[in-house]
Amino acid sequence: MKLEEIHQRLAAKFGERIGAPSPANKDPFLPIKAEDVVEVCKFARQDPELAFDCLMNLSSVDWPKKNQIEVVYHLFSYGKRHALILKVALDRAQPKIASLEPVWKSADWLEREQFDLMGIEFEGHPDLRRIMLPDDWVGHPLRKDYAEQPQWHNITTTRDNSLEGYVRLDELKKKAADAAAAAAKKEMPS
Amino acid sequence: MPKDYQQDFGSIITSRTSFIDEIINLARKNSIFYLLFGLACCGIELMQTGGPRADIDRFGSVPRATPRQSDLMIVAGTLTYKMAERCRLLYEQMAEPKYVISMGSCASCGGLFQYAYSVCKGVDKLVPVDIYVPGCPPRPEALTEGLMRVQDKIVRERWFSARQKVGQAQPSLGIDYKVTA
Repeated sequence: MKLEEIHQRLAAKFGERIGAPSPANKDPFLPIKAEDVVEVCKFARQDPELAFDCLMNLSSVDWPKKNQIEVVYHLFSYGKRHALILKVALDRAQPKIASLEPVWKSADWLEREQFDLMGIEFEGHPDLRRIMLPDDWVGHPLRKDYAEQPQWHNITTTRDNSLEGYVRLDELKKKAADAAAAAAKKEMPS
Repeated sequence: MPKDYQQDFGSIITSRTSFIDEIINLARKNSIFYLLFGLACCGIELMQTGGPRADIDRFGSVPRATPRQSDLMIVAGTLTYKMAERCRLLYEQMAEPKYVISMGSCASCGGLFQYAYSVCKGVDKLVPVDIYVPGCPPRPEALTEGLMRVQDKIVRERWFSARQKVGQAQPSLGIDYKVTA
């Protein structure tokens, strides 16, 4: 099925709740609302025409200027050989969305990854822990405004540049040379 | 050999201590067992060094799978903060005397990934490093050179003669040991 057909099929069921498809020159996607995500995905999986039996990827995008975090779902159907992208915009201050783990089991770790790196809370997830970073990590590193902590478990997170000493030495030498030149100029008229 | 030495072999041992040291160090330098600690692409090069072409075995250096049996830890690859604690634990599990080679840019200073949030900026922030081997990744020849520098370090060490000094603490032995007589 083409994206238009998939959109028509979803729109026939959910009406206005499915957003308009994006321009076709880009990777096309359908925007949906956060409260509909479980319902739409359950339908997309169980409907015999759509039959999206695989959640290929679950990622997210941070938009600080729009004050949004977008969750992106990549669906694929092995039987029908078609794919679909769904996007959900969330509030950046408190990103919360229902978990898709009951629909696709593969969402378990994918949602944990987004919780770890982007700080999105998936409600109803059975085991929402950090998956990549240590459990006591502070912050969510893939957010645009993430700042690294000065140290982690008494290990400093910065390293002195060994070349900086040489640069400083160069500057000192140049300053001394300038001062000497200025002193020589002062002495000249007298 | 002087006459009195022939009469009493024990006096040779106690009086020619540097000679004993040389024998001990000869044995030690030709049996540096290293801990298999490949973390990233440097680990592949570490395997090559152990393989038949570079053949680090000819220095008596064989890989061990446990820190308890190894003398040398070759930190090969990018060290993340999550792995950093394991690295420190492995180092502490090794028996003294122990040596560390920091292999490649990542282990030495964070390398290509030093601006990443999850990468430790150098293994020397955790454990004392004896030899830094530069490269990204270093060739097996470079790592072999690093091992030979460790051997040089071992040859210069004095164990038996240092132990003979009465009343002196031995911090290099890692135990609170004082010679009393």
